[in-house]
Amino acid sequence: MSLREFHARHAMGPRVEGIALVAKDGFSARYDLDRTRGVFSRPTHKLVGQSYRDRILVLDAAKGGVATAWMLHEMKARGMTPLALVFNAVNPIMAQGVALADLTMLAGFDDDITSIVASGAQVELIPDQRLLRLLAPAA
Amino acid sequence: MLAGEMGPVRQLALQHQIKVGEFFDAPDFVPVSQAHIMADTESLGEAGVAWLERLASHSVTERHVCIPTITDPRGTDFCKAAFLKQAPWMLDLERRAIDAFVKLGVLMTDTCINYQTVQAPTRGEHLAFGDTGVVIYSNSVCGARSNFEGGPSALSAGLTGRTPRYGYHLDRHRQATLHVRTDWTPATLNEWGALGGVIGRLAGNYWSVPVIEGIERVPGSDALKHFGAAMASFGSVALFHIVGVTPEAGRLQDVAPASAGIRAVRVGRADAYALQSTYRVDEKIDVVVFSGPQLSLLELASLAQLCDGRRFTIPVLAVTSPQIKPDADRMLLTERIERAGGTVLAGMCFYQSYAREIAQANGWKRLMTNSAKMVNILGGYGYQPMLASMEECVDAACVEVV
Repeated sequence: MSLREFHARHAMGPRVEGIALVAKDGFSARYDLDRTRGVFSRPTHKLVGQSYRDRILVLDAAKGGVATAWMLHEMKARGMTPLALVFNAVNPIMAQGVALADLTMLAGFDDDITSIVASGAQVELIPDQRLLRLLAPAA
Repeated sequence: MLAGEMGPVRQLALQHQIKVGEFFDAPDFVPVSQAHIMADTESLGEAGVAWLERLASHSVTERHVCIPTITDPRGTDFCKAAFLKQAPWMLDLERRAIDAFVKLGVLMTDTCINYQTVQAPTRGEHLAFGDTGVVIYSNSVCGARSNFEGGPSALSAGLTGRTPRYGYHLDRHRQATLHVRTDWTPATLNEWGALGGVIGRLAGNYWSVPVIEGIERVPGSDALKHFGAAMASFGSVALFHIVGVTPEAGRLQDVAPASAGIRAVRVGRADAYALQSTYRVDEKIDVVVFSGPQLSLLELASLAQLCDGRRFTIPVLAVTSPQIKPDADRMLLTERIERAGGTVLAGMCFYQSYAREIAQANGWKRLMTNSAKMVNILGGYGYQPMLASMEECVDAACVEVV
């Protein structure tokens, strides 16, 4: 049984369920990640040193350059992507990259999603209903 | 096209565009006159290059782009790859990507300053441009209309001749959402970049449109290039207005009607220098890089003048476009920079050229540059970047300290 549900304005990709990794910070595959090791690498990022692999990343805004549109596809080929992406504000690059890599993404909520979902929470994303379902709180 | 009657390549391109368009609730498509593709092989990887090669394996009729389609910088300057200590596999991947793009009918311009070197967009022209610096300059300074189009989407636009109509193709998204007042007009390119970075951070996301009031002199193209590139880099911003300078903001009320009630902030010299000082964590430097965006002919001329009579003790890299390099050679700007110990590279961009690997191969960590965009990017690649003026960078390259 879900704890709470949140509607997004934008959604794409298949339905997924997993553990959330959350920060009130931005996201760019080029600026923020060591894509070889699968960790956040920008020293000033709030998730620096943490592994993003197979996590549902819940972040504030898509940032930075256009490289992410290719990089998500390249990371997917090596099994080194997050399970899904969730943003308060998204940019076209992230949508284009998620579309090419066939990942899942939700964006645009009435409230700050990074203050609602905590790291470690069990989350389900249902893009065809534009829905984020909080299944279990962080342990 | 969607039914596959024009071949599987255009069908795939249109399917991709529909997926993105539906995500942003685009009502239809808009014809575009040009596409610009960001596709360095560090971003593409083996998977991306193989994807391009699959598209390029179809017949000429099926695979050729149908509008002028040009490229952002490559991941190397083949003439200088040994100097950069790039590995053979990087160059092999580059050659395969270039071969695929040529088969797709793409013009290999390899530049992120196409608005200075290839063709400046015109006001109201709908485009599918990649490279955030190219988009923000085209939208803001030229009054053209483009979203950030990543490589797959820009190539798709080249193949279909259109792009989903959302974001900055629409009038309603071009109005200001943030009113920035300043009492400071930057003088140097790093100052313009730092101010752009401050405003980018304040704007915060792609859908924010800052309007800046209080700039007292009309900035030149290179100043606005650094200003916009930094704003796009720090904030993912794709459009700004400067009252009395940029074409859509002759008056403040043209882009920010009084009724709009938008957020107002005040920024100045102290904010820009505070941003710059956050990157000053070491006195020593290993390498100086002028890149991101590529240097215009006028920037190279300024650099050449500063290099006269100097002798660098650490590497100094100046990166420009393939359109400008022959002029720089002909006018002896390259010779003057290289006589001091610098290296002029063309057709690449430093941070798009396996920045992490070349740092490890060359022992480069403490990097000095006059590009605010570069300092924002390179931290994630393991560098300790520092922002300073072109003059300070040249001075530091002679003594290895700031």
